[in-house]
Amino acid sequence: MRWAVVVFPGSNCDRDAEQAIRLVTGDAVDLVWHDAEDLSAYDAIVLPGGFSYGDYLRTGAIARFSPVVRAVAREAERGKPVIGICNGFQILTEAGLLPGALLANHHLQFRCEIAKLRVETNDSPFTRLYQPGEVIRIPIAHGEGRYHAEHEVLDELRRDGRVAFRYVENPNGSVDDIAGILNARRNVLGLMPHPERAVIDWMGSEDGIRMFQSIHAHVEEGLTHA
Amino acid sequence: MKQFEVEVKVWLKPSVFDPQGHAVHGALVSLGFEGAGEVRIGKFIQMTLEAEDEQAAARQVDEMCQKVLANPVMETYAFEIKERGQ
Repeated sequence: MRWAVVVFPGSNCDRDAEQAIRLVTGDAVDLVWHDAEDLSAYDAIVLPGGFSYGDYLRTGAIARFSPVVRAVAREAERGKPVIGICNGFQILTEAGLLPGALLANHHLQFRCEIAKLRVETNDSPFTRLYQPGEVIRIPIAHGEGRYHAEHEVLDELRRDGRVAFRYVENPNGSVDDIAGILNARRNVLGLMPHPERAVIDWMGSEDGIRMFQSIHAHVEEGLTHA
Repeated sequence: MKQFEVEVKVWLKPSVFDPQGHAVHGALVSLGFEGAGEVRIGKFIQMTLEAEDEQAAARQVDEMCQKVLANPVMETYAFEIKERGQ
């Protein structure tokens, strides 16, 4: 299978994502510039962390209008796995591919630390190799990671089991301790923590490995059946 | 075409916690401004715009707010339009 890691002006976790995926899955990974209009050659898409377009106006607000985001939306509609990490999550909400929005942390501090997350569901291409209820350690690094959504949206997320990860200790004031959510079709995941920074022992955790392995297993299964 | 001066204000919905406003409120109170109530901090956007008439300008600005300038999930907005030189 082949992965695309989208690069926006201001992405700074693109190489980390590329290297983590190569290391963990052995798959081919391309860095794809934000003006790409066609991502149909790829089996999975990653929107990495960083500060796309300097995060001017609002985080992810300008990136949303990049040609590549229209291409991401098309592939998401075809059912391909799309994962948005940190700034990628912010872009996915601005683009309307995921509900809600991300706001400044409630204490106004930038938080850079290893966070404990509870895996809430393994019914998704991103979490199938985890156990529901399992606590994993994945680093966070953000100033605007407070997830916000209206009551009706939260009810829907809870009812459909679309909260993928919750913080064990909420680091930013996110509603309902939410760290990551899925779209209705469950093939788009947005999360503030950085799984690509938890794939080698010296990083302090290897708990991110299974996220990339999960996506790999999901896609390979689909390709075999096709 | 006429020239307009546009002022847009964007701020968080009343239901959304504003940590910046909260911090500034604390600073005001600690400086002795005991009467300071809830503080909300937003963005002020100024621009010029060319349009047929004021109605067309208002339509465009509203669309700009909906699509880019504000995120309706968490923010609310208001704007004023004035013809240039008037």
